[in-house]
Amino acid sequence: MTNKPVRTLLGWEAALIGLVALALLGGSLLHDAFLTGANLSNLSSNLVEIALIALTMTLVVIAAEIDLSVASIVGMCSALLGVLWAAGVAMPLALFLTLVLGAAAGFVNGWLVTRLGLPSLAVTIGTLALYRGLAYALLGDRAVADFPPLWTNLGFGTVPGTQIPIPIVAFAVLAVITAVALHATPFGRALYAIGANELAARFSGLRVERTKLVLFVLSGLMSAFAAIVYTFRFSSARADNAVGLELAVIAAVLLGGVSIFGGRGSVIGVIAAVFLIGIIQNALTLADVPNEILTIVTGLLLILSVLGPNLAARVRATRERRAHASATKGGAL
Amino acid sequence: MTAHTPARTPARVPPLIRVLRAREASLLLILAVLVLSTAALNPRFLSAQSLRDLALNVAIVALVVVGQTLVLLMKHVDLSVSSVLGLTAFLSGALFVARPDLPVPLVFAAGIGIGALLGTVNGLLVAYGRVPALVATLGTLYVFRGIDYAIVQGGQITASQLPSAFSAFASGSIFGVPYLVLLVLTVMIVFSVYLRAYRAGREYYAVGSNVEAAHLAGIHVHRRVLTGFVLSGAIAGLAGVLYLARFGTVDAAAGSGLELQVIAAAVVGGVAITGGVGTVAGAGIGALLLGVIGSALVALRAPAFWQQAIQGALLLLAISIDIVLARRSARALQERSHR
Repeated sequence: MTNKPVRTLLGWEAALIGLVALALLGGSLLHDAFLTGANLSNLSSNLVEIALIALTMTLVVIAAEIDLSVASIVGMCSALLGVLWAAGVAMPLALFLTLVLGAAAGFVNGWLVTRLGLPSLAVTIGTLALYRGLAYALLGDRAVADFPPLWTNLGFGTVPGTQIPIPIVAFAVLAVITAVALHATPFGRALYAIGANELAARFSGLRVERTKLVLFVLSGLMSAFAAIVYTFRFSSARADNAVGLELAVIAAVLLGGVSIFGGRGSVIGVIAAVFLIGIIQNALTLADVPNEILTIVTGLLLILSVLGPNLAARVRATRERRAHASATKGGAL
Repeated sequence: MTAHTPARTPARVPPLIRVLRAREASLLLILAVLVLSTAALNPRFLSAQSLRDLALNVAIVALVVVGQTLVLLMKHVDLSVSSVLGLTAFLSGALFVARPDLPVPLVFAAGIGIGALLGTVNGLLVAYGRVPALVATLGTLYVFRGIDYAIVQGGQITASQLPSAFSAFASGSIFGVPYLVLLVLTVMIVFSVYLRAYRAGREYYAVGSNVEAAHLAGIHVHRRVLTGFVLSGAIAGLAGVLYLARFGTVDAAAGSGLELQVIAAAVVGGVAITGGVGTVAGAGIGALLLGVIGSALVALRAPAFWQQAIQGALLLLAISIDIVLARRSARALQERSHR
C-alpha cells in the first residue's frame, strides 16, 4: 500500500529510460550519422545548460515551489561575466563574482518567498523581469566575445582523448551529488516531506523556511554556473542569453515525473527526460524534420506524461470496481 | 457536535468607505500618483497622442487578462494564451489574404471560434484528464506554437495584404477613443457583470475558494473549469484578431512571452494565484499600471537599458505590497469576526 507511489514512479522512470533507448534506436535507423561519437558529443553539449538547471529545479519543484527566474539569472550572470572580463578583471575572480551574483539572486527569491510569504510563482515572475532588466542594464545590447581560448575550451572542448564534452563531465558530477543529496540525506527527505505536506513537515520540526531559502540559493548558484558554461560554450556574453530557457527546464522536470504539486519525483527521471528531449531534437534535425515538429512533440510528451498515467489509473479503477461489483453480486447484499 | 455560533451579519459599511477600502482603490491611487508626477515632469505624457498609444498598448494585454482572471479564480492558470493569440492572429490574417471580400465580423467570429477550440483542449485536459493546469497549458503552449510555426513556414502577413475594411476598423475611433479600446472595454464590462451578478460567475469564486465545498454545494466543477478555459481561449482568440488589427504584421513569433505579462498584470491587479480572489476591473487596472509604468519611464527618459530593470523592480514591489496588504486586511477581518 505505502509503496504504491514508489512503484508507479519507478514505472514512469523505467518507461522514460525505455523511451530514451527507443529514441536512440530510432535515431540510428533514421540517419547514419546519429550514433557517432561526434554527434552524441554535440547532442549532449547542446542540452547541458537545461540539464544543469533542471537538477536544482527538481529539488525546488519537489518542495512544491517553482523558480521561473532561472533563465534571467543566466542572462544577468552572463552579462556580469562579460562586463568584468571587458573591464580587465582576472578570470578566476570574475567567475567567483558571477557565482556570487547568482547565489545573491537566488537569495532574493528565497527571502521574498520565505520571509514575506509570497507565492514563488508570483515572486519569480517579478524577478524574471527584474534580473533580465539588470542584464540589459549591465551590458546593454553589446556582446563581449573576446574570451581567451583557455577558458572557452572548457565550454566547448572535450575531455582529452575522448569525445565527452567537458561541461557534461561537470554535469555528471553535479547530477550524482544532487541525486545523493535528494535520495540519501535528511536534507533530501525533508524536501519530499515539505512538498507533500508543508504543515505536517513544520509540526515534525523541519525548518521549512531555511530549507526553502537554501533551495532558492542553490537554484541561483546553479543558474550562474550554467551562465558560465553558456558564455564559454558560445564564447559570447549577451544580455539576452538563454531567453525563455525556464520553460524548457520546467518542461523537462515535469516530463521527468516530478509532480508540480511537490512531494514526488527523482533525479534519474529528470535526467532521462532531458536526454529524451535532446535525442529526439537531434534525431529530427539530422533527418531534416522541421524544428516546429519538435516543439509539438515536446508539448505532447509533457501532456502525455501526466495524462497517460491518469487515464491508466482511471481505467484500472473502473475495472476493479466492476470486478468488485460482479464478485459481490452473488453475496449477501 | 459542537454548538453553532450564530452567523453574525457584518455592520453596515457606508458605500463610500467600502469603495475606498476596495483593492482597486489602492491600485488607482498608485496609478494616479504615477500619472500626475510623470505629467508634472513631462506634460507631453498627457497629450492625446501619447494617451492613445498607451491605451492601444494596454488594450490587448488587458483583454487577455480577462480570460486569465476566470482561470486564475479557479486556482488554475493558462500559460497557453500567448500561443493561442499568435495562432489566431496568423490564421485570421491568412483568412483575409485568401478571401479579401470576407466581412470583418466573420473573421472576428473565426478568431474567437479557433480560440475557443484551443481553449477546449486545455479545459478537457485539466477538467477531465486531471492534468494540472500548469503542466497542461505549458504543454499546449508548445504544441500551439509549434502548429503556428508549421503553418506559417517562415512567412508573414503584412498590413498591405489586409482589406481596407479591416484597416479602417483598426485605425478608426469615436471621439478619439480607438474602436479597439472600446471593444476591449465592452468585453471587460460584460465579464465584470458576469462574474459579479450571475450564478455561473459566482461559481468561479466558489471553485477557487474550496473545490470540495463547491462540489458539495452542487456546482458542476468539471463543467465550470472547462467553461473557464474555453472562455480564456476564446478571449485570447479575439485578442489575436485585435493583435492583427493593431500591428498589421504578424509572423510565427507573434505574442511570444505574453503569458507572463498577462499573469503579472493579473497578480498586480489583485487576482490571487491561490484562487478565489480578484475582479476583472482589478486585473484591468493591473494591466494599465504595468503599461503606464512602461510609458512613464519612456516619458521620463529613463536610460533605455535600465527601463526593463526598473519595470521589473516595480512589478516585484507591486506584487509584494499587494499581497502583504491583502494578508493584513484578511487578518483584520478575522480578528473582527472573532471579537
